Amino acid sequence: MNALWAIIARDIRLAFRAGGGALQAVTFFALAGVLFALAVGPDIALISKIAAPVLWTGALLATQISLDQIWRADREDGSLDVLVETSDMLALTALAKAFAHWAATALPLIIAAPILGVLLNLPAEAFAPLVISLAIGTPGLSLIGCIAGALVVSLPRAHLLISIIVSPLYVPILIFGAGAAMSAPGDPQYAANLMLLGATVLFAAIISPIASAAALRSNLD
Amino acid sequence: MNEQTPARSAPFKGVIFTVSDLAVSRGGRRIVAGVSLEAAPGDAIVLRGPNGAGKTTLLRAFAGLLRPDEGEVSIAPAAGGEGAGGASETSVFCGALNAHKAALTVRENLAFWAALYGAPTLDNKAGRIEAASAQFGLDPYSDYLAGALSTGLARRLGLARLVIAQRPLWFIDEPTASLDSASIETFLSLVEAHRQRGGLAVIATHDPLPLKGARIFTLAAEARAA
Repeated sequence: MNALWAIIARDIRLAFRAGGGALQAVTFFALAGVLFALAVGPDIALISKIAAPVLWTGALLATQISLDQIWRADREDGSLDVLVETSDMLALTALAKAFAHWAATALPLIIAAPILGVLLNLPAEAFAPLVISLAIGTPGLSLIGCIAGALVVSLPRAHLLISIIVSPLYVPILIFGAGAAMSAPGDPQYAANLMLLGATVLFAAIISPIASAAALRSNLD
Repeated sequence: MNEQTPARSAPFKGVIFTVSDLAVSRGGRRIVAGVSLEAAPGDAIVLRGPNGAGKTTLLRAFAGLLRPDEGEVSIAPAAGGEGAGGASETSVFCGALNAHKAALTVRENLAFWAALYGAPTLDNKAGRIEAASAQFGLDPYSDYLAGALSTGLARRLGLARLVIAQRPLWFIDEPTASLDSASIETFLSLVEAHRQRGGLAVIATHDPLPLKGARIFTLAAEARAA
């Protein structure tokens, strides 16, 4: 337990140090939102209608930026050997790594989303659904990304490959997440989308640690 | 360099390290085959062989970081000892990479390792960090980012993991590359103290390390033709 907290604390600390991935993701997210607002122009009705799905897509793409660093940074400097050698259950180590990625990458996005929502004229009643759906859905993005990162850990410059692997797996999260963000609380659509989103993320939480550990083991050979 | 030795540390529960008829491949190519050896508490084994003979591969397989094709690596308690656990609880692998994070300070790196290797005995985490830092002369550099260390200092930081881990089995790859002569002396006295505690060390090296009673295990380059 002690070791897992140490891994989480170290990864979050590294993400916010120079060269870490935390600011990259939130900067990308903010730029995407601003550029989109500029591209749509002065049609306020249109932009407020599509603000939620645009922000969801932006958040999804922003979390992909640092996925290839989850495991590869540790492999390149030899710390992956230390993680494997000291781990009682590699699956739990993978869960800790995914959690650290979420805390360092997705949490800043969730905080930034309402600010970008103002820029994109998001309707007042849509702020809570946006933040809640992001809070429930983004852990799934980190969990699935953790598997992809482990699969390509020994390949250099695997950004594109990771995007190709995770994009189809991200589709349910995007559909249910954006679906919840676009519906009003009280609407049966809202609850249904949130529950399906939660189910998808829980499924990923079970599969991801096991799959990541298996992928890492085969890559060590 | 500080001359302090870790003699105050309690002896290890003895382990017997046995390798029988081990064969390991990397990238679909057989690197070593038919390796058998046995080591008892206090033993030191020096792996020798030309570049490409498979010393690193063998060490990784010993440490459980590579799955062997054939044969077995076993770590068993010496007579009278309790369960020794697998490689994941009894061994430390110090590879050519120092496993430090460039963006963390020297102290932060040491503290992280202390937390990871702390599992079997949670005693005296701060003391272990102090001892490791002092023995390898890293005290003046505690607040430096590890990325700013010279090659030799970074190697010392990597080797400090041996002191922090407090595990009986050491697998060390080229420990003395880029170390100055004083640091080599420190490293050798560390290995001797480790053996006196009942620890074992397997060291792959090209340098002539004067270790008392160390067994030399030579790997032939043509092993890969198999």
